[in-house]
Amino acid sequence: MLEVVDLHGGYGRIEVLKGINLKVSAGEVVALIGSNGAGKTTLLRALSGVQPISAGQMQFMGERIDRLPSHQRVARGMTQSPEGRQIFGPLSVDDNLRLGAYLRRDDGIEADRERIYAMFPVLKDKRHQPAGGLSGGQQQMLAIGRALMGKPKLLLLDEPSLGLSPILVDQILAAVTALRQAGITILLVEQNAAAALEIADRGYVIETGRIVHAGPASDLLSDPKVKSAYLGFD
Amino acid sequence: MSELLQFFVSGLTVGAVYALVALGFTLVYHASEVVNFAQGEFVMLGGMVTVFAYAAGVPLPLAALLAVLVAIVVGLLLYWLAIAPARGATAVSLIIITIGASILLRGAAQIVFDKQFHKLPAFSGDTPVDLFGAAIQPQSFWVLGGAALLVLLLYYVMERTLLGKAVMATAANRLAARLVGVNVATIMALAFGGSAAIGAVAGILITPITLTSYDVGTLLALKGFAAAMLGGMGSPLGAVVGGLLLGLLEAFGAGYISSTYKDAIAFIVILAVLFVAPQGLFGRRAVERV
Repeated sequence: MLEVVDLHGGYGRIEVLKGINLKVSAGEVVALIGSNGAGKTTLLRALSGVQPISAGQMQFMGERIDRLPSHQRVARGMTQSPEGRQIFGPLSVDDNLRLGAYLRRDDGIEADRERIYAMFPVLKDKRHQPAGGLSGGQQQMLAIGRALMGKPKLLLLDEPSLGLSPILVDQILAAVTALRQAGITILLVEQNAAAALEIADRGYVIETGRIVHAGPASDLLSDPKVKSAYLGFD
Repeated sequence: MSELLQFFVSGLTVGAVYALVALGFTLVYHASEVVNFAQGEFVMLGGMVTVFAYAAGVPLPLAALLAVLVAIVVGLLLYWLAIAPARGATAVSLIIITIGASILLRGAAQIVFDKQFHKLPAFSGDTPVDLFGAAIQPQSFWVLGGAALLVLLLYYVMERTLLGKAVMATAANRLAARLVGVNVATIMALAFGGSAAIGAVAGILITPITLTSYDVGTLLALKGFAAAMLGGMGSPLGAVVGGLLLGLLEAFGAGYISSTYKDAIAFIVILAVLFVAPQGLFGRRAVERV
């Protein structure tokens, strides 16, 4: 579904991505783990087209997308729940979700919004309130919900558990598992590596802009090097 | 009493024009974070193009429509030729670009048109209407009605349509707006075109009362900006209230104190307000959780 070949990019003269190769097949949940500053968020932003790249290729559903502007990538079925939630603070929860379906012209938008509310009932109670007043966990749910409103074939999730209490982390990860059962392909970026590999099929480990390990999630979980570096035990 | 009413209506009339200029500032600022100091030139274009088209024999309504279209084209060109290529530049650079554009437009107007003052006939005659003893120019009703209509239209678009929500989303979080598929460049072009149209309408409506010339834009931009600051930059309601207040301050200042100092009086009040409330009357402090 998604194939990235030798991707380079960064900010000005600082190269953050130094040749990334990565593949996501339809129906998979793929975890991308790595420490702060390894380039995870930069990679996801490059995939969505909101971060310029300097070299490399990206293919989505068999089509080159690296020269497409961001809105055309959304239209092709790739949406993102960005790091730090990035919700539209002054707009209502309802409007945030509606904007997630900005490019859709079908009649299913209202039903999909209700589906998001069924998934995260706490959002429904606050649907008319400004999203900026939600708690961190609720904002995270809203960011995921907004990305789902775009009816993605591939959902990019950037740090959905960042800054959340353990109970909320479980809730968010349970939601991710449910999405996968609904047939959505997911590329999940996490610092919480153990939790991410727990629910993923495969994983990539990124270090200073390069993929250093790749394999089935269970292999990475038991890999001594990955364990010591990212799972916090050896 | 009739004197007070007289000042009040003339203040509201001028204030409505400031309010429209301030709304133009607000719209562009919302979508692009640019403070567009060429906003006053749209008002000038509205008046001048109408005057010259009308003098060339075009019926007034058509001349006005033509003027609005010319302003929209100039607004879009300003965005595509000057603002879009400078994407990523600092706010100060962008402001300087718009000041440059404003000087360029003024110079071009001086060549294309001329340096004289021009007048349009009032839309429905010059016979003053007697309102509780005050003599009101019929054109004042055109200005106030036109401004009210534009404000309502803009309110409807911003609050009730998906496009308006996309503009607000772009203002709130540009990155997120792009991630949900909003074409931010289109939104910004629309904002420049829309603010140009609003400015042009203001220029057309006010020309029968205040006359126009190639350089009326400078002071209008200044006043409109002051009105936007007074109301709270980025707040549409603030722009309207700020504009009307500024107009009233000027009219009462000129009427009861001295017409020589009417600008000074207005600006002193604005300074005083901003000392007490730096975010303006309706400026929102950002509510965001991290």
